[in-house]
Amino acid sequence: MKAADGAFAGTTPPGTLVVIGAGPAGLAAALAAAQRGVRVTVVDAAGQAGGQFYRQPAGALGARRPQALHHQWRTWERLRDGLAEQIAAGRITHLTEHHVWFVERIGRASAEQRTETEPAERGGATSGAPASGVPSGGAVHAGGVVPGRVSEGRPPASGAATPAGAASSIVPDVAASPAGPRFTVHALLGPEQEEAVAVRADAVVLATGGYEKVLPFPGWTLPGVITAGGAQAMLKGGLVLPGRTAVVAGTGPLLMPVAVGLAAAGAEVAALVESADPKAFARHAATLAAHPDKLAEGAGYAAQLLRHRVPLASRHTIVEAHGKDALEAVTIAALDTAGRVRPGTERRIPCDTLAVGHGMLPHTDLAEGLGCGVDGLNVAVDAEQRTDVPGVWAAGEATGIGGAALSLAEGHIAGRSAAARLRGSAPDPRAWAAAAKSRTKMREFAAAINAVYVPPAHWAEQLHDDTLVCRCEEVPASAVREAVEELGATDARTVKLLTRAGMGWCQGRMCSAAVAGLAGCEERSARRPFARPVPLGVLARPTDDQAEQPPST
Amino acid sequence: MNKRTPLNLARAHPGLPHTVTFDGREIPALPGRTVAATLWSAGITAWRTTRRDGEPRGVFCGIGVCFDCLVEVNGRANQRACLTPTAPGDEIRTQDGSGHGGETGEGEGR
Repeated sequence: MKAADGAFAGTTPPGTLVVIGAGPAGLAAALAAAQRGVRVTVVDAAGQAGGQFYRQPAGALGARRPQALHHQWRTWERLRDGLAEQIAAGRITHLTEHHVWFVERIGRASAEQRTETEPAERGGATSGAPASGVPSGGAVHAGGVVPGRVSEGRPPASGAATPAGAASSIVPDVAASPAGPRFTVHALLGPEQEEAVAVRADAVVLATGGYEKVLPFPGWTLPGVITAGGAQAMLKGGLVLPGRTAVVAGTGPLLMPVAVGLAAAGAEVAALVESADPKAFARHAATLAAHPDKLAEGAGYAAQLLRHRVPLASRHTIVEAHGKDALEAVTIAALDTAGRVRPGTERRIPCDTLAVGHGMLPHTDLAEGLGCGVDGLNVAVDAEQRTDVPGVWAAGEATGIGGAALSLAEGHIAGRSAAARLRGSAPDPRAWAAAAKSRTKMREFAAAINAVYVPPAHWAEQLHDDTLVCRCEEVPASAVREAVEELGATDARTVKLLTRAGMGWCQGRMCSAAVAGLAGCEERSARRPFARPVPLGVLARPTDDQAEQPPST
Repeated sequence: MNKRTPLNLARAHPGLPHTVTFDGREIPALPGRTVAATLWSAGITAWRTTRRDGEPRGVFCGIGVCFDCLVEVNGRANQRACLTPTAPGDEIRTQDGSGHGGETGEGEGR
């Protein structure tokens, strides 16, 4: 699957597209663009396409009925078969196990375009380098010469030294530029993630998906406590269960399929604990009623929960996870209408697994590294799914959590828009009217769902002083409270500086929501220099020496 | 065998298991499974202790985001168990602290 190097030699316009992420949004975008004659490289971290929603069991496990763990399998078959077809036709190259850590804009084309979001004194930031943490944009990757192997989207323009003259990149013009490809996607290979590879293209679709948000509670660091999505990922990908008796808790539409999946795979699911109030659904009845398919899906899950005898505790929350070296039990309790635990309603449930989640967060690191505008937590896009950086589209959960169907619609639109613009023409939105209509409906539905499934308002009151908030740096709630109440921190960044919360391995991905909640500030996307850890050797490799450039077949 | 298991549910016919070791003890591993899935299938849910308090940790996010499942594989510290596939004969070890022999980890990252 990695035999892509140089496969595109001799490409003529329309330019090339790189799609980052092989989930529903990325595959829809790649197929839409490829079907319109664009050469696409799909770059994905997993060994197989599918993303998290359609995560596949490892091939060597020989699963003959993987659909038993999935929903909307027909849609997956269409995506999978479409991908295979386009790969066979040579229009799509699928690079697996490529962990993208940075997308670089080549040249200094847009120095004038993004000054409103990034202070000018940050220097190279507008050339595509992030605002913080990078020695300097030019020092890391100067002039489009990239470390390691290079998968060329196009033949190199005489050594691929990129002239600064790419300054002609005005919005509609993302077609193949005579100056050479305009983006370099930097990735690390394989599980060890130490070898570097770079992919070049004229345009980029970011389909980077999301990850789970978990708010802390006493005992949430015990082995046996996992994210709901993590339990599902291990089940779908590894065909394995963490234990025998599970509790599924938190809030959000993910909890039901997780509980059903665990039960179907043989776990005893002792409770599904959902903090949302069923009455909240009534307030959105009209929106929900406009989605009979979704209501049927929910009803189907409810029926399966009944069949597997999973007790549902709605308007309940997890209060504490108990155990010494591993999870032994959880305490749950009922919530009052204000979102506080009702004293005296606590109930202890023995279990060895707790799958917990409080919603999803979008992956925005690559978009922010490129300098794309962000709206709250989401990558900001226009009606064509374009970001405000020319040549960069975004689709799926990265632009707002809304599920697989919305991701498919957004990806399709992004792919069609990119294909047209790579041909140098303005696309006709009527061509994707059906997808746009679906997008509108699904966004309305997502807004209703996100309004219903909210964590308990007073979740932070359940945290003991010694409850860890930042798992990586082992920062307890008392330290965060002290930073907020006594030292005056009002934002996550100040809390980080005072406590180290968010400074560890995960770079705040696991604690940012909790820190924001404790600091009483709005949750914002965090600017991170790179989307994942990068070995110093990769960063240190000389990039301005043309002799370093490997031949491109 | 009507027992409900994930493998039965997906009608999996995996290749022959190989053997890996966890802290010196031999455990069977199905091809294709990650270190985390292999350890889970052997009933092991913790394989790391934290730098500050020495608390046990295992899989948390399951998709490579949280870094809680770090483990030592064939002498290499800080491998994410949820992303790393096993190979026959892999020596998997509990990772203490920073994984580089220090308790605090600070400044000892080799």
